[in-house]
Amino acid sequence: MSSPESGSYDATEAAPHGKPRAIEWPLWEVFIRGQHGLSHRHVGSLHAADAQSAIKNARDVYTRRNEGVSIWVVEASAIAASRPEEKGPLYDPSNDKVYRHPTFFDIPDDVGAM
Amino acid sequence: MSDPLFEFLCRMGDNTLVLGHRVSEWCGVAPVLEEDIALANTALDLIGQTTLWLNLAGEVEGKGRNADALAFRRDIWDFRNVLLVEQPNGDFGQTMMRQFLFDAWHKAYLTALQSSSNAQIAAIAEKSLKEVTYHLERTTDTVIGLGDGTDESHDRMQNALDRLYPYVGEMFTSDTVDAALSAEGIAPDPASLRPQYDTLLRDVFSQATLTIPASDFAHKGGKSGQRHSEHLGHMLAQMQWLQRAYPDAIW
Amino acid sequence: MYAQMIKSTGKGVKSLDEMDPEERAFQERINAGGKIEPKDWMPEGYRKTLIRQIGQHAHSEIVGQLPEGNWITRAPTLERKAILLAKVQDEAGHGLYLYCAAETLGVSRDQLTRDLLTGKMKYSSIFNYPTLTWADMGAVGWLVDGAAIMNQVPLQRTSYGPYARAMVRICKEESFHQRQGFDIMMKMANGTQAQREMAQDALNRFWYPSLMMFGPSDAESVHSAQSMAWKIKMNTNDELRQKFVDQTVPQAEYLGLKIPDEHLKWNEDRGSYDFSEPDWDEFFDVLQGNGPCSRDRMEARNKAWDDGRWVREGLLAHAQKKRSRNMAAE
Repeated sequence: MSSPESGSYDATEAAPHGKPRAIEWPLWEVFIRGQHGLSHRHVGSLHAADAQSAIKNARDVYTRRNEGVSIWVVEASAIAASRPEEKGPLYDPSNDKVYRHPTFFDIPDDVGAM
Repeated sequence: MSDPLFEFLCRMGDNTLVLGHRVSEWCGVAPVLEEDIALANTALDLIGQTTLWLNLAGEVEGKGRNADALAFRRDIWDFRNVLLVEQPNGDFGQTMMRQFLFDAWHKAYLTALQSSSNAQIAAIAEKSLKEVTYHLERTTDTVIGLGDGTDESHDRMQNALDRLYPYVGEMFTSDTVDAALSAEGIAPDPASLRPQYDTLLRDVFSQATLTIPASDFAHKGGKSGQRHSEHLGHMLAQMQWLQRAYPDAIW
Repeated sequence: MYAQMIKSTGKGVKSLDEMDPEERAFQERINAGGKIEPKDWMPEGYRKTLIRQIGQHAHSEIVGQLPEGNWITRAPTLERKAILLAKVQDEAGHGLYLYCAAETLGVSRDQLTRDLLTGKMKYSSIFNYPTLTWADMGAVGWLVDGAAIMNQVPLQRTSYGPYARAMVRICKEESFHQRQGFDIMMKMANGTQAQREMAQDALNRFWYPSLMMFGPSDAESVHSAQSMAWKIKMNTNDELRQKFVDQTVPQAEYLGLKIPDEHLKWNEDRGSYDFSEPDWDEFFDVLQGNGPCSRDRMEARNKAWDDGRWVREGLLAHAQKKRSRNMAAE
């Protein structure tokens, strides 16, 4: 506590996210399915020594307010993710395929609900 | 002796009150954040159960006392919790061991209470059992994990078991209150639950590579209220202080 | 605030034209309201400043458990005990969410913890003040959480995705905190003479430290300008402090309590209250480790961490044994 301002944070260089250091508990990503039948949704992460305790920790950390009825956990280092620089080729091609959306088609009101 | 039903409800409520208080003492200083949050959940469950049991006790007693009056305005000789739950937290291993030894009894006892002839008791038992089933799952994992962890964690868990095992027996003693309740089908005879408890302990401690002490010696005096440990008095001094210092205040 | 005096790295805000193409694309994305995600390119200064800010915010939540945890075993009713415990539990949860957000920037929770425990990283000055009576539980919820919310609500729109998402979750849980505090204050203010005195005393002690939470005026600060350009700081300290005062004064009046400021006065022209500055010398003393409870707080955190070591190691060793046993069985 010698300096009135935070010192610069130089202790760390960017390291791969989620890779556990030797004596640390691994990081787990938590997915929870709520009451209403929607898919499991990523809600956050936590640390745990193994999968079983990760589920229990997730129950205690992420369902305190009745948020869920089912929990998935996966070790963060096991997740394969798309790369941001691939954003163009991965997602842009679907931009011009507007006919996939139901609103593309004009159905006369007389036909009724469709 | 006062009404056995009132005695019984105080025993249930005081167990959860005193243990919930002990667990809440961990707030903010647990070994890891996830454990802090989990311990708080356990304490919250126990405080919630306390409210149910002690409100019902007050109702049965019929002197206008509610859960708060019973929790904050009785002195040590009126408390009916078993000695196990008032033992100090010690290290994290001791806290977990105390919790496991209690959870295992608590779950067996609540399971039996679900078929109580008293509908209110059966309802509280049913609600509590869900919570306690989870408590036991969690403490079972932790006791096994720490027992079968490093040399240090193993030794600490063995010490905790040696230190606390003499407080197990009291949970299974049967006295005149138990006899009266079990005759009316309100609550089980505690002694009848011991065999299944011992089976569970043998299984868990063998996975935890821990040795159950050979001596069956059991400290008694908590659930009868005849002789609590010195620890309880200090807890009450802290817990009840505001209510005692400002008796007219509403909080 | 929970993250006070965060110095950003860099020598002033660059204009778009001064940036190389990568940084320019990054800044333009932020300007357009887009989010930066963990794997995206980011300037090293952005990454380091964020680690510092999120880390300090997380540390504040963790240390912030202590002043309120101080009263859990003395809470006056079962319900108050449960509410307070649930509240402090939320602080632990908030710390956890924030550490996770920081971890996406390539630093581990244990590293950040070590930096807190060695004093290399800070936490909010407010948690170095003692909680002396039950009314302090009201004052902390009402004023300290109230001040925190001022800062946290805009941070839900911050440019770094994981931070913004953590703040959304935190804000959702936080409004309960301020309300439970005000609820305690109402009971105290409408209670016995002794309770009213306790409530006024708590307000007297927590008013200026709460104003200090926003940090000294930073209108001229280069660091703040950079952080605001990066949208990791959304308002100036003075803006937030004024907003807090304007919101809190009528609440104090409702409670029948007096804000301890002789110069507090409604300013018709500004549509805001004029008020006295806190004692900034005291603020810097506290930041330097001379707060009334600075030593106690750090000792408590260090003890918890040291005492917990065997538990963390034990459970990890067991998990590893289990894994190798399972592998051997396959």
